[in-house]
Amino acid sequence: MAHYIARRFLIMIVLFFGISILSFVIIQLPPGDYVSTYIQQLETAGVKIDSQAIERLKLRYGLDQPMHIQYVKWMRNILLHGEFGRSFQYDEPVRTIIAERLPITVGLSLVAMLFVWVVALPIAIYSALHKYSVFDYVWTFIGFIGMALPGFIFAVVLMYLVYNLTGHAVTGMFSYAYVGEPWSWGKVLDLLSNIWLPVVVTGTAGTAGLIRLVRGMLLDELGKQYVTTARAKGLSERTLLWKYPIRMAFNPVVSNIGLLLPALVGGSMIVAIVLNIRDIGSALLGAVLAEDMYLAGSIILVLGSLTLIGTFISDLALAWLDPRIRYA
Amino acid sequence: MIQALKNLFVPNRSPELDFRASQFRLVWRKFRRHRLAKIGMVGLFVMYILATFAEFFVPVDPRQRHREYVYAPPSRIHVVDAEGRWHWPYIHGRTRTLNRETFRYEFPENVGVRYPIHVLVKRTPYHLLGLVPLNRTLFGTAEGAPPLFLMGADRMGRDLFSRIIYGGRISLYIGFAGVGLSFFLGCLLGGISGYLRGRTDEVIQRFIDLLLCLPTLPLWMALSAAVPRDWGVTQTYFAITLILAVVGWAGLARVVRGKFLALGQEEFVLAARAAGCSDARIIFRHLFPSMASYLIVSVTIAIPGMILGETGMSFLGLGMQSPAISWGVLLQDAQDLVNLAHHPWLLWPCFFVIAIVLMFNFVGDGLRDAADPYARV
Repeated sequence: MAHYIARRFLIMIVLFFGISILSFVIIQLPPGDYVSTYIQQLETAGVKIDSQAIERLKLRYGLDQPMHIQYVKWMRNILLHGEFGRSFQYDEPVRTIIAERLPITVGLSLVAMLFVWVVALPIAIYSALHKYSVFDYVWTFIGFIGMALPGFIFAVVLMYLVYNLTGHAVTGMFSYAYVGEPWSWGKVLDLLSNIWLPVVVTGTAGTAGLIRLVRGMLLDELGKQYVTTARAKGLSERTLLWKYPIRMAFNPVVSNIGLLLPALVGGSMIVAIVLNIRDIGSALLGAVLAEDMYLAGSIILVLGSLTLIGTFISDLALAWLDPRIRYA
Repeated sequence: MIQALKNLFVPNRSPELDFRASQFRLVWRKFRRHRLAKIGMVGLFVMYILATFAEFFVPVDPRQRHREYVYAPPSRIHVVDAEGRWHWPYIHGRTRTLNRETFRYEFPENVGVRYPIHVLVKRTPYHLLGLVPLNRTLFGTAEGAPPLFLMGADRMGRDLFSRIIYGGRISLYIGFAGVGLSFFLGCLLGGISGYLRGRTDEVIQRFIDLLLCLPTLPLWMALSAAVPRDWGVTQTYFAITLILAVVGWAGLARVVRGKFLALGQEEFVLAARAAGCSDARIIFRHLFPSMASYLIVSVTIAIPGMILGETGMSFLGLGMQSPAISWGVLLQDAQDLVNLAHHPWLLWPCFFVIAIVLMFNFVGDGLRDAADPYARV
């Protein structure tokens, strides 16, 4: 068990450094370095900047040094001081922007994950127990459509349908009247009336995939001999199901988190952009369009690290759930 | 020879012939029994033909702006006139008029004149695919008559249907291009990883882990920052293909590696090695052919993801830019809810994207079932 956790942890650290290098490469991608872009930005705004200030900036970002030193400097600032650099688009530290936007993306993704489980598991279990019933066919069909439906198109279509049928424009997190208001019951209800759409859209593809996965797994398990044995010794059908095959079918649910999580995070971002939610996705889009690369690279770094942590937690959960992994 | 030809054309269902049929024929036979996959195959074929020979199939020049038809709803095609007489399908001209109560433009039909929709209608001479000189297109109204807007017009009065067909050229083929490139990368790195094993394998595996654990969309977005905005259509196209492939090869590499590891222990590979085959011969003569069906399935499943990648990026304004026509570029117009509510036909590109992805999924599913030698269909 300790060996397994240690190995997983080590892999996580290695991957973290991989992600940090990738993010650094992304920062360096566009032609020109940060300071020259910044100076250009200031000059177009009509601000004169003296050469001393330029030198100071270059020194601060270590631009006169070779790449690997710059990378080490950037990483040290992040790990020791939590400094990601500065966004010239907002003229604020990147940290502030991420701290403001990230909770929305994380919250949306987690709620979407909850949605996926709450919807997919009962449907999958019922479908597997009533194989080839009307219910099973209907959900297989819906699942197929759901897998094919790209999130942003689904969001656009659903937004249009809701607006057309009810006249309610689902954009942003809150309706116009509640933006900037203190929290109240009305605001919570308003949040709920707006947040369901991004959650449903983000979660649909994952739900469809999970239904397919769990249904298939459960069907395999139901045909195995231990089920017959349990039935033969007189266990009631309900106890039997919950005690053996369903527990087995939960394995892929947990091991699937590592794939589901990045998909949800990526999916929620594009949906949030369509729906005008000010999450980290719209910040990334703005950063990429303005070539505000410290912001863009840091967002990739933070998102990647979060999915790594999520995957690590799912690995731990899998070890807790499955003794074969614990004692291997 | 004659027997071989006969086998090819006469469907043969006797089981003892299974031993003689090639792997391709076995797969094809099973695939044909998969109804959805067959429908998907036909649908894809039609869409690719339409997009490839777009010049011939579109009723209106996709770049021509009709100022008097800005945001015109789809043309109504009539076959019966007001007196109840039957005619060859025709449309009426429309006049853009401002409704003084709603302050929105409306397009009432001028019922007087009928403009028939001709088949093989004359056009100004053009070159199909830039090669074949032609002066007719499949259908449309005559030159000088009001244009036929099958799916309405956009904000510049351009025909949406024609633009969608043209857009397929970029959107449909970027899937192939991206998959082709990531197929190459995947086979190369997956093959190296699975054949050499050991430390090389470990390093490449961690690299694949890295790409798989990152959310794809943000990565696409961030990488697209490297594409200069002033690049031309072709350059941007290749840059986006490259981005899609660089992010997308990891899944395929994992499949190839898994197959290499599994097949590397099989007797026929050991026999080949004992017989003194070179590594290259073992890989290309023995290993790749035996995993060909799996590779084809993985590639088919990967194509819609690439198409969605282009569409999504262009939709966000990070991929193809106008004046290039791609489905993502067309969907940019559908971003604004109010605009959409007034001009719902702007959603038509969505329909095409979803249909294409669904059909690829059907075909992929059919191929997967057909390629599995243990599945009895």
